[in-house]
Order: sequence, then structure tokens, then C-alpha cells
Amino acid sequence: MPPENDENRLLLEMAGIGKQFSGVRVLEDVDFELAAGEVHVLAGENGAGKSTLVKVLAGVYDDYAGRIVLGGSPVRFGSPQEAREKGIAVIYQEISLVGGLSVADNLFLGRERTGRAGWLDRRSQESEARKILAGLGLELDVTLPVDHYSLGVRQMVEIGRALSVQARVIVMDEPTSSLAEPEVERLFELIGKLKARGCGIIYISHKMEEIYRLADRITVLRDGRRIATGKTAELPEDELVRLMVGREIVEQFPERRGLPGKVVLAMRNFSVPAAEGSSRLAVTDCSFELRAGEIVGLAGLQGSGNSELLHGLFGSYGRRVTGAVELGGRHFEVRSPAASIRAGLALLTSDRKATGSVGCLNVGWNVSLAALQKFSPRGWIDPAAERAAVRESLQKFRLKAASPGQSVDTLSGGNQQKALLARWQLTGPRVFLLDEPTRGVDVGVKHEIYEMMNRWTETGCAILLITSEMPELLAMSDRILVLSRGRIAAGFSRGEATQEKILHAAMAASPKAA
Amino acid sequence: MTDPTVDDLTENRFRQLMRSPTVRAVASLAVVFLLGVAFNAEGAFFKWGTHRDMLRQVSVYGILSCGMTLVIITSGIDLSVGSLLGFTAVLFSILSIHQGLSPWLAIPLTLAAGTACGAISGALVARFLIQPFIATLAMMVFARGAAKFISGGQKVSTAVQAADGSYQYVEVPKVFDFINSAVLGDNITVVTILFLACVAVSWVILARLRWGRYLYAIGGNEEAARLSGVPVGRVKVFAYGLGGLFCALAGICQAAQELQGDPEAGVAYELSAIAIVVIGGTSLRGGRGSIWLTLLGTVIIGYLEKVLSINAVGEASRLMLTGLIIVLAVLFQKRQG
Repeated sequence: MPPENDENRLLLEMAGIGKQFSGVRVLEDVDFELAAGEVHVLAGENGAGKSTLVKVLAGVYDDYAGRIVLGGSPVRFGSPQEAREKGIAVIYQEISLVGGLSVADNLFLGRERTGRAGWLDRRSQESEARKILAGLGLELDVTLPVDHYSLGVRQMVEIGRALSVQARVIVMDEPTSSLAEPEVERLFELIGKLKARGCGIIYISHKMEEIYRLADRITVLRDGRRIATGKTAELPEDELVRLMVGREIVEQFPERRGLPGKVVLAMRNFSVPAAEGSSRLAVTDCSFELRAGEIVGLAGLQGSGNSELLHGLFGSYGRRVTGAVELGGRHFEVRSPAASIRAGLALLTSDRKATGSVGCLNVGWNVSLAALQKFSPRGWIDPAAERAAVRESLQKFRLKAASPGQSVDTLSGGNQQKALLARWQLTGPRVFLLDEPTRGVDVGVKHEIYEMMNRWTETGCAILLITSEMPELLAMSDRILVLSRGRIAAGFSRGEATQEKILHAAMAASPKAA
Repeated sequence: MTDPTVDDLTENRFRQLMRSPTVRAVASLAVVFLLGVAFNAEGAFFKWGTHRDMLRQVSVYGILSCGMTLVIITSGIDLSVGSLLGFTAVLFSILSIHQGLSPWLAIPLTLAAGTACGAISGALVARFLIQPFIATLAMMVFARGAAKFISGGQKVSTAVQAADGSYQYVEVPKVFDFINSAVLGDNITVVTILFLACVAVSWVILARLRWGRYLYAIGGNEEAARLSGVPVGRVKVFAYGLGGLFCALAGICQAAQELQGDPEAGVAYELSAIAIVVIGGTSLRGGRGSIWLTLLGTVIIGYLEKVLSINAVGEASRLMLTGLIIVLAVLFQKRQG
């Protein structure tokens, strides 16, 4: 097939795609196309149908309406394997590598190279793996287990795996949600290379910056329908947001309204070891104060120790931490999460699935989990009191669950996050430790979470906030502390903080990213 | 695409109904029961005595399954229940037959011993982070050894060896007869009542106690539970300890039924207990399940055995059939989920 016009060569065409789940329509008559060398962003709120559309393409669902044309010939995939063989690679949000296996073994998982008699040809796999990764600008010891590397590197390995099957269509579902700034840069460079090679990329993201940096075209989905498709230049940001939510969102961030009061949390020379018995410190000699009604943002690159700071303070690592902590004017000894909750701390972790929600339990039980003591002073649960508190909480958070008895797994990401925020609010904390509170959450829910943070600070609570989204950090923090290699490298007040200053401080003391 | 038709809707409702584990367990039970009706061995299946005997025979397994359910909900497993049953049966027999202790003393002592063994398993799991499979495997081997040690490898029966080597027969303690008897006009055995009491206690724990809720939370996502302030270690010790308590109760019942403490008693009972829990529909992955499912599972296994035995199916075929039916039942649970 001679490439007549490389620019506009159509790689993929999906027409009239529809999909139902037990009578509920999640996709209806969606058209989508992808040209070679194009980044086509799929935008939309949580539950708009982006992931379902991708799964139809990837062969996860085979009972869909409509047709798919790939490279000029109609296809209908019966399984993900089939789609993969036809050159469709999907990189999901959660990394799907096998942690204990080596990088090379992961790259060739499911299509191992074998020599005669079926023996594994390790050497050829390893050299091929090195070649693939070098193409991505990555020099790794491919014989080490994947676990050994950072999330960012693992993501690159995942992309390497997609490339090694000669994928023409690459789907990336929020690939940067667990990456730090330099790693994101590297990913973007890579996307540029892939485009140049003639691959088409379907990119799903909630981050505006990314969308406008990468997209050639944008398709907006809402409630399972295609609302609009347009060139990026013709779709300004406010228009895009309006199309996504279907209503006007006047400002992205609400105005900060908290007024700093008395000091509620004071830390002096607070240190957290990197691992049990390790002499290396993840957090070194941090000293700062947090006032009632105040939001202090913690900035830093991946691995700068800000997450460890929150976990260390909350007691996730037990008594391993050192330094003096005062909570509400009294000495506070870090012991365990249970003790911290009693003392008025609440920690929203960054990984909703792994350390936040208890997936198979229902929404109500998830919400009441941390505050269960309140409804069972003598160990016996008072079901009426629990039910009332949960119902009130769900209403307050405008949580769209069919019933508190619904399993939390079945909720959208935004609603799961609301359930977790409701869980912590129910414990009545004085200090909220929020680690990426808006990760993987759509614009509308983000706004609600910001409003909630404002309401908390108005009632005298204080918030320590970690977020990898700069605009959010700048808009929501009254003060920003920048951590670098576990130390506080700089502090900025609301007025003086800029993205450049923060990045500068974060990178100043850190070694060149490996 | 057209709107879902009425047929679709009823179809959905049926599917939705079948998604409930309770409904599925009841359906399995109904199938087994209908098998009994079909192969009623000339009406033997329609006699109340058959059902009473079924309940009596399955009660010891049922008691073990109650503890197993609590442990499995935390996404653990307890392989030591059979051995603990043997150990406590021997212990109880020694205390009440040989030592002539009053049941008011012998029963609490036996229960305490079982609870302690279970709690040790729990501590190995919780404190020393040994996998439940390994920790309870060790307890299984140890408890079997302990049963043989305290009994000297002999069955502890009413034939007591005197100092000169001759055997003297002592009276069967009254408590043995009592546990073995049937009450309420000979309609239900004490063992069965004890089993139902265990179900009730487990229900209260799982549905009404804070720590019961914690069992589910730990099984669903241990790290999330810990970060929500759940005292994970203590709750696990509690679960395995209760499991041990139920084992001891089962051991007492077993001794009463056999009129002796056999150090070999309860071999492979852990597998039956696991099978009962799984057939009921409680997930081995943890976080889901209920004691009602285990009650249903117990009765399903009970009827299955009974139907096979009243039709005089030989032991060899019975075992093979039981294995087959476990697979079918679990497949049935899975396909719908």
C-alpha cells in the first residue's frame, strides 16, 4: 500500500458505536476516527463513556453496535488478544506489568521467544528488550524485576511493550496520573516520536494543560454520546469545559475564603526513614506550622518525600518517625493510624483503589469505616445511628449512589473519591492530610472538592495538600512548601508563588533525574 | 436499537435475583432437596427422622464452618480446625472421663484451650506476618501431635487402664449423654442446637459488632482498613481465636458422639469446612460472605450426604460424586457472578 498522503491517512474509523450494560446505554451512536501521526484526545467527565469506547476498540467487549474499520478493512475483535495482534495497544491507568518478573520478561509476556524444544531464549529477549527501550531513550537493566523501578519507568516499560508488538493505534488512558514532572516530559517527547513514526494516539486525560499541549484533535463525549469533534486550535479551553459538563462553569477554582487562626499543627525536625531499619531518610528534619483555617500546599517532584511526610505524620509507618509534633497545642506522639484519627487527623491517600476504598463493601460501610467507633461506643453497632449519619453525609457530598447498599466498586471515580472524603469528614478531624484529592476526577467533581475544602477551612480545620497539578496547588494553597529530597527547600506565600519558582526550588537540590 | 422489551426486563430481574449469593445458595439447596425427593429410597427421605439425623451428622462440620467463615471473610484460611477438633476431643475426654472433672470445669477448660490455640494461629498471622495457610498448617500439625501426646496415642475411652495393666470400665459421664441426646420431643439433637447457637453468635458478630464489620473491611482491603484506624492485628487474633473456640465446641460434641476422645478424630475435617463455606457462596478472596450462606452450605452438604447414603451409594462413589458436586456448585456460583 503506497502512502499517498501520509498526513491524512486514516488509521481507524469507528462508526455508530453503541453499547449497553444490562439495558443501560453507556454509548450511543458514537463516531470516532484517528489519522496516522495524530494525537486525538478523548475528553469528557467521568462516566461519559471514554473508557467504554476504548474497551470496545480493544476487544474487551464484543457485543457492541456499529462498525470499526482499521487500516481500510472492517474488523470485529472477539478478544483483547485479537485486537493486540491487529496492532491496537492500550495503556491503562493502572499499570499491568507483573511486578516480580524482569523487565525483559514483562516485555515479552504472552509471546515469549522460544528456541528449539520450547526452551525460553532469554538472551535474545534481553537484547531485543534493550533495543526497544533504547528507542524510548531508556537505559535499564532489563534483568531486574519491574518492581525495582519507579512508577514512571514502569509506565515507559508498558509503552515499550505496546511498541514491541508494532502497534499502529496506541490508546493512553490517563498515562500521567502517577508520573512526576520530568517523567511526564519524557512521555511527551516519546509521544512526539510515535507521531513521527506514523502511529495514531488516542489520549484520555482530565488535565487541561496536557490536552492543549498534545492534542491535534479533540472529541468530547458526554453521557455516552459524541458532543463535538474539532481541531484543538478551534476549541478554546472554556468552550471545551462547557461542552464536557454541558453547563457553564464560571471559574475553575473557587476563591479561597479561610482565615488563618491559631496554630493547630507544629512539626519540629520531623524525619521519616525510607524503610524499616533503613538509615536513609525519606523526609529529613522538616519543621513548619499549620494554622486553623489554612491550606498549606506541599510541592515537590516524585520521590521528594511529601507523600511520606503525610503518611509519617499519620502513623502509617508506626513509631518509626522522629521529631516533635504538637497537635492543638499539645504534644502528639505518632503511634498508629487509629491513634492519629482519635487525635483529629485524617489522611486521604493518593491511591484510591489500593489504600482508600474497600472495593467489595458497600458505600455506606465505606463511609462509616473510620468513624465506626462513634456508632458503636461499646462495640455494638447502632444501625439506625450509622444509617442516619451515612445518609446525611451522602447528601452533603451530593454523592450519586443509587443506595448506600451499592457496592463502592460500581461507582465512578469521582463518586468513590467523594465517598472517601465523606469517610474522613465523618471522623470530625482538625487537620486533613490530602494526598492528590482530585486525581482521576472530572471537572465538576473537582470543583465540588475545592468547595468542600473551603468549607472545612471556614469551620476552623486545617489542610495539608499534595497535588501534582500546578494550577490547583497555586489556587488552593494559602502557603506553599517545596520539598526536595526530603527537605523543605523553600516556602512561598500565596502572593509570591509562581509555577517557575516552585519548579526551580523543587529541582534545585535534586540530582539529575535518572 | 429499540427500548428494552418487557421480556428483557423480566430477564434482567431474574438475572439480578440470581446475582444475590443467598438466592443462589437457596437454589442449590432446592436442587439437592429435589434430588432427595426423586430418589427418596422408598419414602425414607420423607421421614422426619432422616432430616433430624442429617442435621445431627452435619452439625460438627457446621460448627467448624462457622469459625472458618469468620476467618475466610478476613481473606484468611484455617487449616488447623480438624486437628484442633481432635486435640480438644481428647482433652475433654481426659478431663471428664479420666480425671472425673465436673463438666462445669471440663467444658470451660477445653474451650479455653481451643481458643488459645486459635489465638496463637492468629498471632502468627497478625504479629509475625506468616501467611494464614502456613501458620495454620503449622498449627494443624502441632495440634495433631499434641492430641497424640496427651492421649499417649490411645483412644481415651471409658476403658481406663489401671496401674496393674488391667482395664476397668468407668461410667460414661452424664454430659456425654446429654450432648448426644435429642430434645423437644426427640425432634432435634443437642448437637444441632449447639450448631445453631454458633450460627447465631456468628451472625451477631458479623452483623452487629464493630469488630465483625472490621473482619469484612480487612478482607476487602487490609491496607485501607489499617489506614482507617482498624486494629488489624487484634481483629485477626480475634477471628482465629473464635475459630479455635468453635473447634473446641466441635471437639466436645465429637467426643460425646463417639463416647471417646480419638486422637485421630477430625482428620481432613478442615477440607469439609472449607467446602461448606465455599458451596454456601462466601468468597475465598475475603471481604464478602455471610453466616447464612454457611448455614445453607452446611445443609446442602448434609442433604447431599444423606441422599447418597439412604440410596446406599458406596463410599467410593459417594466421595467421587461429592467432589463433582462441589465443582458444579462453585461453577454455578461463578458463572452468575
